[in-house]
Amino acid sequence: MNEALLILGMFIVTFGVRYILFAVAGRVHFPAWLSTGLGFVPPAVLTAIIVPAVLIPQGQLWISPSNPWLLASLVAVITAFIRKDLLTTIVVGMLAFSLFRFGFGL
Amino acid sequence: MTNTTPSDSALPSSREQHRHEFIGGAKATFPLIVGAIPFGIIFGTLAEPSGLSIIGALAMSIIVFAGASQFIVLGLLAAGAALPVIIATTFVVNLRHILYAANLVPKVRHLPQRWRVLMAFGLTDETFAAVSNRYLQQDDIRDAHWFYLGSFCAMYGNWVLCTAIGVALGELFPDMTQWGLDFAMSVTFIGMVVPYLKSKPMWACVIVAATMAIATATMPHKLGLLVAAIAGIAVGLSFHMMLKRQNTQPIENKEPS
Repeated sequence: MNEALLILGMFIVTFGVRYILFAVAGRVHFPAWLSTGLGFVPPAVLTAIIVPAVLIPQGQLWISPSNPWLLASLVAVITAFIRKDLLTTIVVGMLAFSLFRFGFGL
Repeated sequence: MTNTTPSDSALPSSREQHRHEFIGGAKATFPLIVGAIPFGIIFGTLAEPSGLSIIGALAMSIIVFAGASQFIVLGLLAAGAALPVIIATTFVVNLRHILYAANLVPKVRHLPQRWRVLMAFGLTDETFAAVSNRYLQQDDIRDAHWFYLGSFCAMYGNWVLCTAIGVALGELFPDMTQWGLDFAMSVTFIGMVVPYLKSKPMWACVIVAATMAIATATMPHKLGLLVAAIAGIAVGLSFHMMLKRQNTQPIENKEPS
């Protein structure tokens, strides 16, 4: 992988998305469906990353109560529903993972 | 940073005022920075094991400056994804920023392009949150771009510094990758997704994305991520449109949230 090319490409798409509306700064009016559709982007993308990482942590689909990634994720989901605070979710989820993985040796 | 002599506003305003706004912006961003610290450190730590060099990791934080997509790219690199897939994924993940920019356009229209370039580069979830508050509280936006700059500099400095710390820690403790730090990314994203789950279309979107992500996991170049995300967005949006049509049959222009 050519890292310079990778970073250049990422810079172009990231900065492009951030700058395009500022550059024209005219009255840009998104059609309603587009604004709504963009609102679905972050949860859809993030979910598509999380689920394989948790259910296929070592190359094989692993849906079982002995999968520490799965168990700790469930703990994190519950925590996030109770406390809408990102930092708490991260800390509790990481503690749960360490406990399941290294405490119980799952 | 480019803290040079300003002469941008239509009305003359004092240096003192600029400094005041700048510091205010940095202060307002502080609580959000606390959340970004572990994120930056973990990114730095995971970079080398994922196949990104130390220089590459630092350069990415300095040049790209986009937390979530940088993390995702590490995952894609580790999985051996192809360059075009990585760029396309970065684009989709960052699309949300266009919504922020649309919101801020009325506040930047009076500024020269060089300010807009700088502000666009620094447009992150955190700075958008801090700056939106500032615009809500005070009507006088003549010097608010200095507030924005303060918020951006605080976020940027912290992000680059934390990446460097993470890289150094990764060098000192090479077996850190065995500690399950990769799970930190999953858990962070879980914390980011859950607050979205407030409506049926959003639930549908997430459930479809999750199912499709497993169904497409064996696709080459990690293309499954894009397929799953697009499927989730399409289902969520269709569901939303359907509900809206049902709700607005008698009255027009009512937007259900």
